[in-house]
Amino acid sequence: MKTLKDCQKACVVKVVKLNAKSDLKQRLISFGIMKEAVIEIIEHAPAKSTIEVQVGKMKIALRAEEAGLIEVQKI
Amino acid sequence: MNESTSKICPIIANHIKVALVGQPNVGKSMLINSISNAHLHVGNFSGVTVDKTEVLFDYKNHHFTVVDLPGTYAFTDYTIEERVTHKYLCAESYDLIINVVDSTNLAKNLQLTSELMSMSKDVVIALNMSDEAQKEGIEIDAEYMTQLLGVPCIKVSAQTKEGIDDLIDAVLTQYESEKQESKLIFSEAVEEEITVIVKYLEKHKYEANNSYRHVAINLLKNNPKTYKRIHENPIWTELQPILIEASRHVELHHDSDDIREAFAEEYASFNRGIVTEVVKQKKEQKEKTLTEKIDNVLIHQLFGIPIFLFFMWGLFQLTFEVGAIPMEYIDGFFAWLGDVVGATIANDDMRSLVVDGIIAGVGAIVLFTPNIIILFIGIALLEGTGYMSRVAFLLDGFFHKFGLHGQSFIPLVTGFGCSIPAYMSARILKNDRDRLLTLFIIGFMSCGAKLPVYVLFAGAFFSPEMAGNILFLIYIGGAMLGLIAAKILKLTAFKGEDEPFVMEMPKYRLPSVKLIWHTVLTKTMMYLKKAGTFIAAASILIWFLSNYPHNLELVQEYETKIEMAINEDEKIDFENQLAVEHLEQSYLGTIGKFSVPIFAPLGFDWKMSVALQAGLAAKEVVVSTLGVLYSLGADVDEEDSSLINAISKNISFPSAIAFIVVIMIYLPCLAASIVFTREAGGIRYFFYLLAFTSVTAYVMAYIAYNIVKLFSA
Ligand SMILES: Nc1nc2c(ncn2[C@@H]2O[C@H](COP(=O)(O)OP(=O)(O)O)[C@@H](O)[C@H]2O)c(=O)[nH]1
Ligand SMILES: [Mg+2]
Repeated sequence: MKTLKDCQKACVVKVVKLNAKSDLKQRLISFGIMKEAVIEIIEHAPAKSTIEVQVGKMKIALRAEEAGLIEVQKI
Repeated sequence: MNESTSKICPIIANHIKVALVGQPNVGKSMLINSISNAHLHVGNFSGVTVDKTEVLFDYKNHHFTVVDLPGTYAFTDYTIEERVTHKYLCAESYDLIINVVDSTNLAKNLQLTSELMSMSKDVVIALNMSDEAQKEGIEIDAEYMTQLLGVPCIKVSAQTKEGIDDLIDAVLTQYESEKQESKLIFSEAVEEEITVIVKYLEKHKYEANNSYRHVAINLLKNNPKTYKRIHENPIWTELQPILIEASRHVELHHDSDDIREAFAEEYASFNRGIVTEVVKQKKEQKEKTLTEKIDNVLIHQLFGIPIFLFFMWGLFQLTFEVGAIPMEYIDGFFAWLGDVVGATIANDDMRSLVVDGIIAGVGAIVLFTPNIIILFIGIALLEGTGYMSRVAFLLDGFFHKFGLHGQSFIPLVTGFGCSIPAYMSARILKNDRDRLLTLFIIGFMSCGAKLPVYVLFAGAFFSPEMAGNILFLIYIGGAMLGLIAAKILKLTAFKGEDEPFVMEMPKYRLPSVKLIWHTVLTKTMMYLKKAGTFIAAASILIWFLSNYPHNLELVQEYETKIEMAINEDEKIDFENQLAVEHLEQSYLGTIGKFSVPIFAPLGFDWKMSVALQAGLAAKEVVVSTLGVLYSLGADVDEEDSSLINAISKNISFPSAIAFIVVIMIYLPCLAASIVFTREAGGIRYFFYLLAFTSVTAYVMAYIAYNIVKLFSA
């Protein structure tokens, strides 16, 4: 399955599943990253270690490791 | 008699305690500032407020206590600051909640609101940032929203102070009226299960503090408190299978085995409904927002970090260049003050105490106020514009390599101002190991109080064109050392898994001049106040220790020498020698000499050793001590009396470098050490820090001293 980590800049995707552990999952959800949410990739930090995405009106920075836990689907 | 009782009574009668709750960075602290006359710290990133603060004010015959709580995204204990809020809301007594939300991003903010509404407290919603919403063409129908939610919603702007009175009026009305059941509605599947549970509770006439619907929702959400209560009730045995079945249904409906996720989705869809009903977006913004345009440059994959470094470099250039302009006048003023005041005091000892002790010590600190102000402005801009979170984003990858967390950047930058708030703001880190690690290296970020030492030494040993660069190098060098120290600690003492990095990026805001002015003024006044009190007292102590005991034999010996002197020059020579010898046999001289062998390998004389030890109380004292010591044993030569010249004449270049290195690394001041110990959670951490910083400082200074000596030989 494709995850957020594999997405290119300016890509728009839909969340299918969160594979994160309870705590982190809760945090992602409170940021609006939940099933069905639409995410746009805004920018990568140097070496692609960190990603900036947009969910709704909110911009969120997350690490590639965490992005790898978010299963997404192209729309 | 009568009057005093009539004054006391209403205080008890009309006291309202309000808890201010909201997601991070929605303007809670700013709202309190505009309601009352408080000056709470406001900044544009998550994690400005990390501890609760109470503010008191009066309005329409009522006494209000408003509690500013750290921002929280949801009712979780993700970080320490969120734990503070959660614990407060569940355990403390208060009358009602003001839920502050960001009008420009309602959908996200309402997630927390839903959770607050399912608590058994009155809630008033403050739709903050209504000015910004208006600019973005977002229109919220607050009345309709009040109807839909069953909770008063008031449009306010903490910035323009619009709607503040309406908000407090709404709080008063809500306080005086009966508690209403909020109108949170769930999906059919969940509502069905709620009905089943409510019916069961009704049938068995369960005694609850809240409505049955409320109990049912809490049971479905696995609320531990509700569970505990009902667990002790005989109906539990029968209820349990019903609950298990209900949860299974809900989870099935949401295709998830996590009931919290299921409920979050429930809330989200309810909120989507609300937002569609009450929010009108006037013009659809297709073109890029200003934030996006700025971000295209500032967080650029290649240029982002160089741009940041350039800003930092520029800041230190300004700190030195612009800060140096008024310095001459301040220096001149204190020299003049010393002369004028000195002339009015007849007694030699008293004059020396006032002129060489207090004026020299305090003057040495006040001298650096312009530099401090520029540094504080820089930090206030970094905090207020939203750039801070961008840098955390840029640096996370780099930091991660050193075992740190991107968000560690926030406490670390705060550390450039003062270590105390920096230690506190490490609370934004989730994992205790990362937090401890960050606490240990905050000291490597040179605080504002160390700036005077650096400016003094940079000015004494480098040309004015170079001094700004040297400052930048010192600060960056300190940060680099900190990173290396972090790596070493991570590999040894703080081994373990990494904390996830998920952080909100606030939009850019131009902080108002007023806000910057207040932030900088508060900090500068604190610096000056410290100079007037603590530093003055320390200067008196240092003066006393360096002036006594009087050695009459020595004085007499030199007096005869001076009388016999053949010309003026020789006379001055003897006077200087007397001053120096007198200082050396003083209490402080004795103490200094005692510790000299320890510092000798670093090339420090006894004055530097003493200044360094005095700096353990507060870093400013390093400079004021040098000021006192060099003004006592100073040259009588008038033109050359400034501290900078005294330093450059009396201290060798390699020793100066070693001195700077020690100042960069060694133990933070007393007040900061106390906060460190509290935040780290035990006195043993203080001793670790003491050992860690002392050894590192000594070793690094030794290396620096010998390298520089080698090259300058
Ligand atoms: N335009 C505008 N900005 C605001 C308003 N309230 C707060 N801010 C800004 O929002 C940011 C966060 O404010 P702060 O009080 O620190 O938020 P807190 O984390 O909720 O306490 C700061 O940059 C404020 O200047 C408002 O009503 N209008
Ligand atoms: Mg705050």
